[in-house]
Amino acid sequence: MAPRACAGHPMSAILDIANLTVEFPTRREVFVAVDGASLTVEPGEIHGLVGESGAGKSTIGAAVMALLERPGRIAGGTIRLKNEIISGLDRAAMRSLRGSEISMIFQDPLTSLNPLFTIREQLTETITTHLSLTDAEAHERAHDLLARVGIPEPEIRLDQYPHQFSGGMRQRVVIALALCSEPDVIIADEPTTALDVSIQAQILDLIRELANERQVGVILITHDMGVIADTTDRVTVMYQGKVVETGATRLVLGKPSHPYTKSLIAAVPRPNVKLHRFPLISYGGRATEFRISDLARNWNKADTDSAKPLFEISGLTKRFLQKRSFIPSRRQYLVAVNNVSFDIRQGEVFGIVGESGSGKSTVARMIAGLYRADGGTILYGGQRVTGSGSLAWYRRQIQMIFQDPYSSLNPRMRVDAIVAEPALHHRLLSGKALRHRVDELLEHVGLGAAAGFKYPHEFSGGQRQRISIARALATQPKFLICDEPTSALDVSIQAQILNILKDLQEHLSLTMLFISHDLPVVRQMCDRVAVMQNGRLVEIQDAEALFAAPREDYTRSLLNLMPRLDGLATEGIEDQVEA
Amino acid sequence: MLNYIIRRIFQSVVVLLIVGLVAFSMFRFVGDPIDNMLGQERTQADIERLRAQLGLDQPFPVQYWRFLENAVQGNFGVSYRQGRPVAEIIAERAPATLELAAVSGLFAIVIGIVLGVFTAIRRDGWASNVIMTGSLIGVSLPTFLIGILLIYVFSVELDLLPSFGRGDVVDVGGWSTGFLTASGLKALVLPAITLGLYQMTLIMRLVRAEMLEVLRQDYINFARARGLSERVVNFRHALKNTLVPVITVTGLQLGSIIAFAIITETVFQWPGVGLLFINAIQFVDIPVMAAYLMLISVMFVGINLLVDLLYVAIDPRLRGEGNTT
Repeated sequence: MAPRACAGHPMSAILDIANLTVEFPTRREVFVAVDGASLTVEPGEIHGLVGESGAGKSTIGAAVMALLERPGRIAGGTIRLKNEIISGLDRAAMRSLRGSEISMIFQDPLTSLNPLFTIREQLTETITTHLSLTDAEAHERAHDLLARVGIPEPEIRLDQYPHQFSGGMRQRVVIALALCSEPDVIIADEPTTALDVSIQAQILDLIRELANERQVGVILITHDMGVIADTTDRVTVMYQGKVVETGATRLVLGKPSHPYTKSLIAAVPRPNVKLHRFPLISYGGRATEFRISDLARNWNKADTDSAKPLFEISGLTKRFLQKRSFIPSRRQYLVAVNNVSFDIRQGEVFGIVGESGSGKSTVARMIAGLYRADGGTILYGGQRVTGSGSLAWYRRQIQMIFQDPYSSLNPRMRVDAIVAEPALHHRLLSGKALRHRVDELLEHVGLGAAAGFKYPHEFSGGQRQRISIARALATQPKFLICDEPTSALDVSIQAQILNILKDLQEHLSLTMLFISHDLPVVRQMCDRVAVMQNGRLVEIQDAEALFAAPREDYTRSLLNLMPRLDGLATEGIEDQVEA
Repeated sequence: MLNYIIRRIFQSVVVLLIVGLVAFSMFRFVGDPIDNMLGQERTQADIERLRAQLGLDQPFPVQYWRFLENAVQGNFGVSYRQGRPVAEIIAERAPATLELAAVSGLFAIVIGIVLGVFTAIRRDGWASNVIMTGSLIGVSLPTFLIGILLIYVFSVELDLLPSFGRGDVVDVGGWSTGFLTASGLKALVLPAITLGLYQMTLIMRLVRAEMLEVLRQDYINFARARGLSERVVNFRHALKNTLVPVITVTGLQLGSIIAFAIITETVFQWPGVGLLFINAIQFVDIPVMAAYLMLISVMFVGINLLVDLLYVAIDPRLRGEGNTT
């Protein structure tokens, strides 16, 4: 299907990428990362580049900057900046363009600043590289830039080091660095993915303002449809290195014409309606469904006496030592969780939402027994699980699924050993029965028993998360803790994993604690939701009631920050809307 | 900051006390010095008298306490063998060892870092491959063999450099230095290379590995994306980040250069404290051994303290004011 014609005037484009092809030659074959992609950016325009991981969107950014990782090379097409061809320029010429005409903003503000230099050093160094200014003028400019990107007290902040800034502030510094010499084009590669929703909104506003005020053309690379919908003027959708659709954002999201765009949009969790299941991306025949029925047959189901809560948590407190001292009164603590009480009912999905640092993960870790509570009690089925005493019986009944599918599996262990380990540790099964259980579990999460012979690095992020789920199920637990289980995954993979979790909960009558900062996902998954802020519990409500009528101001402000996806096509999800 | 230094110094003193205790208690098992000091024609009375005179009849804790008391005042007793104060003997020998260690340490650090950075930046160049392969030889050959090889090539075959001794030394305020004469400098070359070669290859490999890791970081990419030149990116942004882990290992290695100069000093007949220590062991000369061990541990502890302070100087994240706002 042919891409839509661009809505603007191609002659005024500040950046014009035509038929760009980028290849990575390997020993066996040539991998084509970008295949004949074209897009234009006009002054003052934010052009969204969206697609799932591996679609080639970041590679386009790197190709424009001439920062392709070896052995990548531009194999065809041209890149024009202000009508001059810049693809194929030599290294020195390209370097003089970088930072001065085209700048780049990276994903993770925590790692994109050099930790050993002050903000002033990093700014003036970049300024004097591009502009011939005296030291005093460069300092003046550094000061102005910090003020411009909204950092209070720039005079003091200039002489601080990156670690003294929070994530959002660091991203502002990164933007200031990108603005050092008035670039015409800024390539922002997932600039807000690592940030909280409230910070994300501020940073996107700043980028929007800069684009308007300085007539900078921005390429905004992201996998987040919400960001695209809220911020961009035009959008280009990529799939496996090819541009599948491009056009005005409202049109592409509201009336997608390509089947891939349609299925991608259908998989986005909606903030405004609750769906029974997530529609899976069917394009390219990748969706693997999950078969639950056999597993449910020989599962020791929990007695569904839902009148009595499974967990009764009261006065839970955790503090971390921040400053040591011999004298107890001079020690400083960070109170991560402050006097939190709630119940988790039998068979429900209980959600905890909050920004980073709100203490939601700390609560989960205390329930899992990874942290020892400094105060309060946790009762599991009426029995106390905080304090001393052997908790092996308890640990067998609870299992955890972690956020990062890359670091939560031991890379030196085979997948069958990973899945078998919990059952082996608790001496539940051995020999043939164990092997049978492992095969069954791998089969059920849609990987197939043959996956057991491989190692974790042979799997993608979504597949690894399936392995984590299989591992968590190995002891036939009654309670699952999911700490941001999908925030590292693409939207289509996220939909698959969330569907698996929903099925498990329904068929195996599992109780779940679901922690996430992503409110639409929480709405889809949870029965009841607790909102946390700065270690305190703000409110607990039934999920639908919370989203419809939040009681507290903080909850309301959180909900207001959710991307509005009203304009998104509803094709493919109508039949899933719950009454 | 001051708090930190005081705490570190306090810890250092504790370490020194423990080292002293361990060393001192081991001396009771190396043999009886009285046997060596008195000739064949000794009587029991002679033995008793000398034992009382040296304080060896006292219980062990008392001996250790006296040793500490004297050591703090710079008095390490009298060598059983030479009959002269130990402090004097060591002061005479220490300059030779310290000069040798300083030169070989400098050689190891400078050449190690330069080669490490070079092989990291030109990762796949032929020169890097040659250097990396060559460094394996440096790591795998034992020190004495390298010394003998160097002597064979540069002294015996080419006759360029002396094969033993310090050459002519000049006395500057009680410190005999070989830095001021041509023959003194020439004499330093072979022992310094012998002593430093292993450390040099180690530092080089460490710098290379760290540098490759740092060059993969986002902030290096971002520095490139801001248009900074390769020189600034490599030598300002990358190198400084490489140094933090390198300093740890280098500090410990410098300590061992001084401590393990013994082999090199033996091969080159270098008149340093290492040779002194070997002789002291043969004669059960406890005061010399004790003083030597204390000297070495003071140096180790001192270097470690310095390393910790350097960390703080390089990495602002360790300065304690970690308030993110």
